[in-house]
Amino acid sequence: MEHLPNLVAEARAAIAAADGVASLDEVRVRYLGKKGEITALLKGLGKLAPEERPQAGERINQAKQQLSSELESRKHELEQEALQARLAAERLDVTLPGRGQVNGGLHPVTRTLERIEGLFTRIGYDVAVGPEIEDDYHNFEALNIPAHHPARGMADTFYFDATRLLRTHTSPVQVRTMKSQEPPIRIVCPGRVYRSDSDLTHTPMFHQIEGLLVDEDVSFADLKGTIEDFLKAFFERDELSVRFRPSYFPFTEPSAEVDIQCVMCNGEGCRVCSHSGWLEVMGCGMVHPEVFRHSGIDAERYKGFAFGMGAERLAMLRYGVNDLRLFFENDLRFLRQFA
Amino acid sequence: MKFSEQWLREWVSPELTTQALADQITMAGLEVDAVEPVASAFRGVVVAEVVDKTPHPDADKLNVCRVDDGSGEEVQVVCGAANVAVGQKVPFARVGAVLPGDFKIKKAKLRGVESRGMICSASELGLEEETSAGILELPLEAPAGKDFREWMNLDDHTIEVDLTPNRGDCLSLKGMAREVGVLNRLPLSPPEAVEHASVHDDVFPVHIESPERCPRYVGRVVRNVDVSAPTPLWMVERLRRSGVRSIDPVVDITNYVMLELGQPMHAFDLANLSEGIVVRPAHEGETLVLLDGQSIALREDTLIIADRDKPLAIAGVMGGEHSGVGPSTRDVFLESAFFTPLAVAGLARSYGLHTDASHRFERGVDPALTRQAVERATTLLLEITGGEPGPLSETASPDYLPVERQVQLRAARIEQCLNLALPGEEVVEILERLGMRVVVDGEGSWLVTVPSWRFDVAIEEDLIEELARIHGYNRLPVRRPSARLGLRADGESLQPLARLRRQMVARGYQEAISYSFVAPDLQALLAPDSVAPQLANPISSDMSVMRASLFPGLVKALMHNLNRQQQRVRLFETGLVFRGELDALEQIPMLGGLLCGTRDPEGWSARRESVDFFDLKGDLESLLAVGGDLSAWRFEPSEHPALHPGQTARIYRHEVPAGWIGALHPAVRAELGLRADAFLFEVRLDALTQGRLPAFTPLSRYPEVRRDLALVVEEGVSVQALLDTLREKSGEWLTDLRLFDVYQGAGVEKGRKSVALGLTWQHPSRTLNDDEINQLVDGIIAESGQRFGAELRG
Repeated sequence: MEHLPNLVAEARAAIAAADGVASLDEVRVRYLGKKGEITALLKGLGKLAPEERPQAGERINQAKQQLSSELESRKHELEQEALQARLAAERLDVTLPGRGQVNGGLHPVTRTLERIEGLFTRIGYDVAVGPEIEDDYHNFEALNIPAHHPARGMADTFYFDATRLLRTHTSPVQVRTMKSQEPPIRIVCPGRVYRSDSDLTHTPMFHQIEGLLVDEDVSFADLKGTIEDFLKAFFERDELSVRFRPSYFPFTEPSAEVDIQCVMCNGEGCRVCSHSGWLEVMGCGMVHPEVFRHSGIDAERYKGFAFGMGAERLAMLRYGVNDLRLFFENDLRFLRQFA
Repeated sequence: MKFSEQWLREWVSPELTTQALADQITMAGLEVDAVEPVASAFRGVVVAEVVDKTPHPDADKLNVCRVDDGSGEEVQVVCGAANVAVGQKVPFARVGAVLPGDFKIKKAKLRGVESRGMICSASELGLEEETSAGILELPLEAPAGKDFREWMNLDDHTIEVDLTPNRGDCLSLKGMAREVGVLNRLPLSPPEAVEHASVHDDVFPVHIESPERCPRYVGRVVRNVDVSAPTPLWMVERLRRSGVRSIDPVVDITNYVMLELGQPMHAFDLANLSEGIVVRPAHEGETLVLLDGQSIALREDTLIIADRDKPLAIAGVMGGEHSGVGPSTRDVFLESAFFTPLAVAGLARSYGLHTDASHRFERGVDPALTRQAVERATTLLLEITGGEPGPLSETASPDYLPVERQVQLRAARIEQCLNLALPGEEVVEILERLGMRVVVDGEGSWLVTVPSWRFDVAIEEDLIEELARIHGYNRLPVRRPSARLGLRADGESLQPLARLRRQMVARGYQEAISYSFVAPDLQALLAPDSVAPQLANPISSDMSVMRASLFPGLVKALMHNLNRQQQRVRLFETGLVFRGELDALEQIPMLGGLLCGTRDPEGWSARRESVDFFDLKGDLESLLAVGGDLSAWRFEPSEHPALHPGQTARIYRHEVPAGWIGALHPAVRAELGLRADAFLFEVRLDALTQGRLPAFTPLSRYPEVRRDLALVVEEGVSVQALLDTLREKSGEWLTDLRLFDVYQGAGVEKGRKSVALGLTWQHPSRTLNDDEINQLVDGIIAESGQRFGAELRG
């Protein structure tokens, strides 16, 4: 009994010295286990005189509780240390890039076309597509461009034989749609078109997107409103100046070219706009009655407007691309910039 | 159409700056392409007279001249031009003058002789692009001392208008002036029109065999012209400012009249014509040597001007070399004809020609100009070359001349089209300014007579466009269209192309767009069994055949990138491929992909191994799974001439062939000089966009049973076949079948492979017992043993 204080002191020292949960447990077993030294003292209580027993028992129990609690707190401490050590050991450089594939990306022309399709489909237009090898009738005749019309010289056409050709515009899709559908018609027609022209500013293939709206009460004013809204939305500029210039397309009457204030220099004049402050971006007009006639639509009852633009040109202006030919080289260093 | 601003201003001169005038023309629908000064900047150049010329004492090619520059003192100048002569009027740059290119004229000594100034050539003054042969000789009436710029009217601009094909009426000064007059409400001051009395009675006979194509032909014989007379400088300058080179006075005059009035003309040397003019279709076998020296074989569809013996010109296109005016010409026969647009349309192009005349006739030349042009040319001839005019002879078939067009115009239609109620007075006023005659034709309706020069105005909409144009497009109202909001059916199981593209993007592929026409040899290599249309007029031979597959474009893009140190290439493309002869042509939308390089992008934790077939197949399967219906697709070992015979599968959707996947054939790679392995697929878009509507199966509350089997089979046995058998023999409660290992090596006999499969069963309404599962497994083992010699791996 008399060595209890020493035993407690010895046990406390052992608890403090334990350097891990396992050695701490050894300490516990040594003092508080079934055969532990403190436990042995408790077992030895019976040998004491009955009057000494309560006091001695209390002292031993006190010592046991003290040691238990110290063991517990030491254990917690050691667990914390171990956790901290593990956390430290598991530390990563979280600035390293993640693992796995990198994303690819859409071609800038697709991106542009999808965006334009989105703007129009959201307000109720459908997307229509058609064949690229067309016949003379759909590409020219039905669009009021008879054989020998000087406008045939406007587009240098790729031919396969006397009547079959690569479409020079997406307008044949309009004709096909008008022939197969009753008004009201609201479509946009994106796609590849072909002209035999190849230099710094022309590629023999490029993309157009055209729009067509045919309904009973449609006027040039609706066309102007649609185009202005579209251009402001496309370039995300509410204050964009848009102007309409009289022009000529065999399939529309009246016809207009549309200019916008140069988006590169804000109309100040720069190389892109040839210092005019204006950029020609699209053509448009009211559907020519002759086109309606070919498509079987009553030109007295219905009016319509159509517009068309080059996707590459708009992509160039929107993303600042300065060389048209890059669009068809499929150079990854170019393509990745639009991902 | 290119012309001098000053020339235009002689006809009509609004109070507008050059730029404002150009803008006004542009906004009227006649797009001004360029406004440029007619001469470069220079100053200090005056008209001077050469009063003395002596050879330079120390140089063979130089002369020492004295010129009178109007300063009152003669100036000594050394001149190297061979054509300098006493009495000439010349442009003279005084000391202190600055010539184009910021070239300053200073006092100088040339081989010891003082020279104070310079006598200039046209090129030195920037009036000619090519270096001139000698100094520019000025007409004798040029006043010495007068500022040369001012005297030559060089403070002028050329305005170049890019006319749309409908506005043939503006292919002349007269037409442009008419338009500017309309826009500014100004009258025109044309040059005085003179009708020349004949001095003799010589008429050269004209016979028209094809009056429907040439309803009017006006001619005049002018005798005793002096073709050696120089074209006056003012005319040379105006021609130059319109981009026309001076040739000889007679040709210059016909060109000038064409530019001024819009009527193409021709002048024949009367001595080269026999008997009379015949306007007729060419005969088979006839040839003509054109003015530009080329000889062409004429076709029977071609209208020609001929004499008794030979073709002289292609009507409305170009004259022949042998009948034109030359240095020995004394008598000329002037031609001014009206050829209908249809007679000339396409004709020039069919011979590979394009001339100022054909350009105008195709678009329509005002039939009222035919006589006027001959009179105007006569005036100029008499002024410049002298001569004696004969009577003007006209051969015409009024029945074939364009009829005066009358078009009805309704106020209601104007309002319907423009959303604008244009007041009646304004309608009439605008149309009358444009030269139309307007009469009221009932309530809110007019009958409009179109002037002879407006070939483009034929229907009511044309008149409405004219009203809109003159009123101003940008003053017209703006509105948004309204529409009935109708819903449209939308197939839920259909996958939009945009969704498929995004799947490829998510798998790391960049979208490519390549030309739809490819090189025939590349196509022969990559799609050898295909037939595809050939272009009749390709831009080059390597873009001459339509692609029958997306492979050529993808492979070309791969090579482009490999050549630019881009080693890891993942590309996809969507678009049409073209298969079959023209008469049985299919234009099939496809989606194709190409894979090359390492599996992972280069990085700190990347595996460095190269991609293989299964990388591409995995990407493709993820695409096929977009529609939620992967099980509809099947890959069947197959052979494709461009693909590796052991690594190629044909792709089927519901047993319909839909595409190919495989490794590029090593022989094809070698042919292309490609070092890396490349893997390709292409699938029909109509199959890819098909998907499946989800159909719910109730969830079972009973436990699943899973059994794993390792079956050893010959290595040639396709796993697909094994899986099909397992599925067939696994009863109706099989919920999952997965392949978790394919092994060859230690423990498995050589030439055989172990295929490890996990089968899961679950019954919707009860617990499955071991016996029934064991029975199924035994059946599976027996069946695969029988069909494939499969054994359970020990």
